Amino acid sequence: MKTMSRRKLITTGLAATAGVAGLSAAAKLAARYGLIPPDAGGLYGAGETLTYASQRLITRHTMAREFARGQISKMPFANGKPPRDERYLQLQAAGFADWRLAVDGLVAQPGSFSIADLRRYPPRTQITHLACEEGWSYIAEWTGVPLAQVLQDVGIQPQARYLVYFSIDKNWWESVDMADALHPQTLLTYSMNDGDLPPAFGGPIRLRVPRQLGYKSVKYLTRLTVTDNLKGFGKGLGSASPEEGYSWYAGI
Amino acid sequence: MVRITHWVTALCFAALLITGIEILISHPRFYWGEAGNVLTSPLFVLPIPASRSSVPTGYGFVLPDQNGWSRALHFQSAWVVVFTGLVYMIAGLLSGHFRKNLVPSSADLGWRPITAVVMNHWRRQSAEADRQTYNVLQRLAYLLVIVVLFPLEIWTGLAMSPAIVSAFPLVVTSLGGQQSARTIHFFAAVALLLFFGVHVEMVRRAGFFDRVRAMITAETPAASERA
Repeated sequence: MKTMSRRKLITTGLAATAGVAGLSAAAKLAARYGLIPPDAGGLYGAGETLTYASQRLITRHTMAREFARGQISKMPFANGKPPRDERYLQLQAAGFADWRLAVDGLVAQPGSFSIADLRRYPPRTQITHLACEEGWSYIAEWTGVPLAQVLQDVGIQPQARYLVYFSIDKNWWESVDMADALHPQTLLTYSMNDGDLPPAFGGPIRLRVPRQLGYKSVKYLTRLTVTDNLKGFGKGLGSASPEEGYSWYAGI
Repeated sequence: MVRITHWVTALCFAALLITGIEILISHPRFYWGEAGNVLTSPLFVLPIPASRSSVPTGYGFVLPDQNGWSRALHFQSAWVVVFTGLVYMIAGLLSGHFRKNLVPSSADLGWRPITAVVMNHWRRQSAEADRQTYNVLQRLAYLLVIVVLFPLEIWTGLAMSPAIVSAFPLVVTSLGGQQSARTIHFFAAVALLLFFGVHVEMVRRAGFFDRVRAMITAETPAASERA
């Protein structure tokens, strides 16, 4: 083994100090610009933060790929059956006429929407790819109202940072930052491939977040909450996914 | 620097391989094109059990599902290996490591010199020159890993990210679609695993402990050859 020269020792020391200082400065900057995900603590926090921060910088306004009608999958895969609890079955029997989507939190006018209310907005139709974290995928045409439009109507307050959204299935809730919440392709979806959104695919209403994996596209949507802090929801990791070991940010 | 980056990469490769297999078993079916799922016809299916009950495998049981931490470790290791690769590339170019040790000389690239190396291996003889430097087959194998397989894994990995391809659609369209990218990612991983197997076997034949010690301390015992 060679002994380390004084020059090498000094250079290495300076480089290490600069590295540590640079990292802490980067962390402060990232926190100021909202580039730290809520599940940044823990063993894989560094990876989660690098992925979220870099993709948030690159993709704030980019559009998910849209496809031609001929590319729509003839066999989409629902992955699971609709809820079997009594409340859902009753609402389904009534054609979801009494389904309500509540909007609350940091908004000027909290309220709730029926499916008919949502259908009164000018619709947006898009053909996008839905990829599951398991590896499979399908392409479908979705129609709905851009979430941004509904949020604009209820008046989001300026300190809003995240949108938390809940399924009728108690174990499925997610959140996205405002860049994704206000993204034009983030859709409150009530139609799929020329028909009503089938129950197995999340009917009567599913939030489609096409720039993230399928588990962020929550089915059977019942409530939207605008917030400036995710600490008060569940274990404070942002959504149900990190509580089960999955990333909060699923743009991969 | 070559040695440090080698061992960091080795560690990342182990993590990426194990977590990659874990992610793979949640859907051991492969497709070509943009989309594919259990209802569409696959390109091929690995004859192994899966970790999700929604995948028909023919096995009567479902493996335990460890996809959550596997994905987190997979992507974190990918970040480390990308940074390490950049450091290696820059250091390798500046120090002349590529030019001196990896790029084959044009004289070695002909049919005859390559056949000669193959025949030497066949007869289990090692040329005297191999003790000092990498032979043409070793150079080509290492270059394949460094400039083809690792970059291809990064490319196909990024092509599976819905956010990345929203910014750079060409990353995935040039491969024929997201499912094609997944299939290529798998085959490149198999190729890396084959390289790894041959690499370790060569190190073993050249004297495992001597070679591993040399790769850690840079001291080359005179009588052994490079792996």
